[in-house]
Amino acid sequence: MTTHDFIEHFPVDPDDLRRLHARLEREAQVGGLLDIAYRTVDSAVGPLLLAATPQGLLRVAFASEGHDLVLQDLAQRISPRMLEAPTRLDTIARQLDEYFTGSRHSFDIALDWSLSHGFRRRVLGRLATDITYGTYASYAKLARLSGSPRAVRAVGTACATNPIPIVVPCHRVIRSDGTMGSYRGGPTAKRALLDLEHDR
Amino acid sequence: MKREQYVKLPFEAVVAQHGATVWRVVRAVVGHADADDAWSDTFLAALKAYPQLPADANVEAWLVTIAHRKAIDITRAASRRAVPAADTPDSPARERADAHDLDLDAAVGALPPKQRQAVAYHYLAGLPYSEIAAILDSSVAAARRAAADGIATLRRTYPRIDTPRKHHDHA
Repeated sequence: MTTHDFIEHFPVDPDDLRRLHARLEREAQVGGLLDIAYRTVDSAVGPLLLAATPQGLLRVAFASEGHDLVLQDLAQRISPRMLEAPTRLDTIARQLDEYFTGSRHSFDIALDWSLSHGFRRRVLGRLATDITYGTYASYAKLARLSGSPRAVRAVGTACATNPIPIVVPCHRVIRSDGTMGSYRGGPTAKRALLDLEHDR
Repeated sequence: MKREQYVKLPFEAVVAQHGATVWRVVRAVVGHADADDAWSDTFLAALKAYPQLPADANVEAWLVTIAHRKAIDITRAASRRAVPAADTPDSPARERADAHDLDLDAAVGALPPKQRQAVAYHYLAGLPYSEIAAILDSSVAAARRAAADGIATLRRTYPRIDTPRKHHDHA
């Protein structure tokens, strides 16, 4: 009699596990135990990982970042109490859909800024409110708006490490010479987002 | 500094890796009717305590320990609300029940609790008897004996136990 023999008599129906997972999502949410809920959505720039705390949207990640690595990083930096629980992301998922079909020009959701601090946080806050759909800003202009006109390189770093891309529109920040500059989701994704906003 | 080699996985990974094992264990220990509640109570309590779990802990043994306590709570609550009921007659379902084998449920359910627990924790969760002894608050020898006695009884009450079930898929 081996462990394997006896386990064979207890088959597990995947539907049972799905039902139990859904119940766990609900009860964790109601019990205030779900520090991070996440899901992935398809988009014009590939699969996006969306993660939210009860405070708001915490992270948007491109496939190129490695979603598993991003989740592991969130577990260490924020909390390991994480479940794939789509409900909390319903609103942002719908707004992203509308954005990618061109019918939405700004996002109306709460953000959790826990992953950004100090000057970077200030830069991204400016970016989120001041650089509107279909416009561009240079790194130098964003530095001026952030109150530190000479901190152009630091602004570049803030944009390159933006934890909430697309929603916080670092894709609208380009070099003063008109070239695109780097982007967390890669140059193709940056180009695609700018084209989307300028075709409409 | 050895602990720093370990990383604590997102809780979702814990559910994905151990959800099926805990489901088997609670089905054996509390029976089919209360298994949903036992599984849910276990993972909810685990989620709550997870940030405090040492990163190098044996997660499966930790989950089975929680499941053991939750199963006791559920069994106590069930006995408090129990009312006398007529015996359930044998039904044709007994023949077709596959994922949910009524004969096996009855045979496992008829074991004394310690034997049922020792069998589940060793043969379904794969825990060593040293871990099981800690969970059952008994000696290692007593845990080993409880599992052996349980399996001996099951061979008698559920002879199919030694017949591999090859007709369905399993992980």
